[in-house]
Amino acid sequence: MEKVVFKRPRYMKEAPFHYCPGCGHSIIHRLMAEVIEELGIGEKTIGVPPAGCAVLAYDYFDIDMGEAPHGRGAAVATGIKRTLPDKIVFSYQGDGDIAAIGTAETIHAANRGENITVIFVNNSCYGMTGGQMAPTTLLDQNSTTTPGGRDKDRDGTPIDLSEMLALTQGAVYIERTAVNSIKNIRKTKKAITKAFKIQMAGLGFSLVEILSPCPTNWKMSPIDACRWIDEDVAQTFPLKVIKDETD
Amino acid sequence: MKKAVFAGFGGQGVLMMGYVFAVAAMRDGKEVTYLPAYGAEMRGGTANCTVVVSDEEIFSPVASSPDFAVIMNKPSLLKYEGVMREGGAILLNSNHVDRELTRDDLTAIRIPAVDIAKKLGSERVVNMIMLGAFVAHTKITSLDSIMNGLSEIVKGGKAGIMKLNRKGLDEGAEYILKGDSR
Amino acid sequence: MDKKLLMRGSQVIGEAAIRAGCRFYAGYHITPQNELPEFMSGAMANLKDGTFIQAESELAAINMVLGASMAGARAMTSSSSPGISLKQEGISFLAASELPAVIVNTMRGGPGLGNIAPSQGDYFQATRGGGHGDYRTIVLAPAYGQELADLTRKAFEYADRYRTPVMILADGMMGQMMEPVIFPDPVNLSELPSKLWILNGAKERPSRIIKSLILSPVAMEEHNWKLARKYEAISGEIACAETYMTEDARLVIVAYGTAARIAKGAIKRAREMGLKVGLLRPVTLWPFPGRAIREMSRLIKDFLVFEMNTGQMVEDVRLSLEGRSNTHFYGRPGGVVSTPDEIGRVISSLYYRRRLEED
Repeated sequence: MEKVVFKRPRYMKEAPFHYCPGCGHSIIHRLMAEVIEELGIGEKTIGVPPAGCAVLAYDYFDIDMGEAPHGRGAAVATGIKRTLPDKIVFSYQGDGDIAAIGTAETIHAANRGENITVIFVNNSCYGMTGGQMAPTTLLDQNSTTTPGGRDKDRDGTPIDLSEMLALTQGAVYIERTAVNSIKNIRKTKKAITKAFKIQMAGLGFSLVEILSPCPTNWKMSPIDACRWIDEDVAQTFPLKVIKDETD
Repeated sequence: MKKAVFAGFGGQGVLMMGYVFAVAAMRDGKEVTYLPAYGAEMRGGTANCTVVVSDEEIFSPVASSPDFAVIMNKPSLLKYEGVMREGGAILLNSNHVDRELTRDDLTAIRIPAVDIAKKLGSERVVNMIMLGAFVAHTKITSLDSIMNGLSEIVKGGKAGIMKLNRKGLDEGAEYILKGDSR
Repeated sequence: MDKKLLMRGSQVIGEAAIRAGCRFYAGYHITPQNELPEFMSGAMANLKDGTFIQAESELAAINMVLGASMAGARAMTSSSSPGISLKQEGISFLAASELPAVIVNTMRGGPGLGNIAPSQGDYFQATRGGGHGDYRTIVLAPAYGQELADLTRKAFEYADRYRTPVMILADGMMGQMMEPVIFPDPVNLSELPSKLWILNGAKERPSRIIKSLILSPVAMEEHNWKLARKYEAISGEIACAETYMTEDARLVIVAYGTAARIAKGAIKRAREMGLKVGLLRPVTLWPFPGRAIREMSRLIKDFLVFEMNTGQMVEDVRLSLEGRSNTHFYGRPGGVVSTPDEIGRVISSLYYRRRLEED
């Protein structure tokens, strides 16, 4: 008799990911689908995908999904959640989406304590458009708009959006994790689970920032990209619980 | 069709005068429009509103040439004297406006509304005194309609204050009817 | 006491929206329509299922409305000209994703920050879509207090029926003025047709996607044609205009909103002088009531378009007439409100210049 050790989660569609080899989005999608299944909320969860590489997330998640304009995920999620407070609503956003063009929407949703969950995927560049500098691009990191590396005097420093959000009264739980190792992937799943549970309990705004490899735009092998997260990215954006008001 | 403007400093109750008058005329079965000055025009302390009352459909709500003006301060007199319809009437709160009119085709009606209000024991009714005088002069609506309009607007208004308002209206009307204002 | 109420235009829209079943409002204040968000804050608080959000920006407000609409709410936002420019991103997404919503634009003088006086400078922006892409927005132009109530009700009906954003295009005068109004009875939300496309959790049904990204040009083209067919249907079904004294007219004024009221006053005076002048007032600006104008052109050879701008709707009048009659224009931009006397002079000078008094 066969024993199933690995299968497609219930709330993932049977569709091959379009993501690049070594990209973190596919791992994060899968983790989220597992969590949604484990929490038994697949029939009442509504997701808001972003503009960016994950714009096609609705092709993979087998739950209701409504697309937001670039950066407006928190505002769209707010509109859905306030209309249907019993549903579970999340936005899925990249670092450029959430920390540049959508900064205002995100900060104010957090400040209002919107009972939504934000999955913030930080790959320190604009992936979809070809690797331009993002607000999270590291100092000296090369991008297509910072040839020679990000320069503090010219471009400013990487923005700590999660730390900023933690200052708002409405944010209940903010944690930064990564998906560059088995250990970190497990931690990420725990964080996502906790964030959704916080929303289910009606406690307020929860956000998980996930450092995610982008081998294509970093111009690295997938393994080097995972290594670089530990060696560089996590030095600027330390992996930790940034705020937890549930204790 | 009759157009009236109510103008003065913010806090003198000029918008309230126009509003009460408009509601009263509407309950009389007339067509009405009420247009307040708004936004930046309200800054710097002046306030005004225009009320048009008609038996027919009202087209423009703007007081391009008002028939009547209730003027509570000097700047408002300067603003409106020039645009009044020929033969129009300006009701002045003479405690605040002592200027003569420069046009001789207009009727000036001077009401010492602050003095009258002091006799009644409350300067809060200055606007009601002016409104009473306005009603007595124009006869567009009645004091009873004004009182009904007032009770409709300030729902749950205290009986004592409503009584004082009525007194103000009556005193203002009385001042006109006695013919002291010319 | 009869049911007539004397209410400020912005509040009339608010009350009518609530009675139309609007249960979600998000907005950012801007003069001359601050009374609308203020009204909605109180009205929504009095409803057990109402949501009011004072958004951090116009962008956030329209995108909250986008989310609420996805979730099935009758949703509204409002602003004035500069704020409406900011909302265009969301309006384009609403149109593309086929989502209903009502947007109120209480127009003020522009471009730029302009001023807060009544203007009609946003006609092009409103009727041509406004945002990016190949779409249209239904645009309703109230001219009376009562019509603010009636068209607000219609705006929600049209938005749901056609699954498209609807704009109520008023101006500072309409927003600030008080006029008597009788409100229609509130709709019973449970009696409205159920929306079988909303996002409310994929329970006992396949999951749904609401989106505007269509990467394949062939599929995008099909979507564009689908929208175009919808717009064509709308054009045939809801175009609407009021006519006033046009039966024997030699000259017809075309004006909407506040300008139409002023024109009516001028026409009444012109009639007293024996000039045969009438008014055609578009109630829907998109779809434009072009057919009504075209049919009129069989008898009327001169149209005078009067707008509170430098000439925008006049282009639609010309397009409708296709050269059959003469189109004249008179405009006062910048927030200047003409008097009926002024328009009366424009009418009589044109009337005699064109020798319209001759048989």
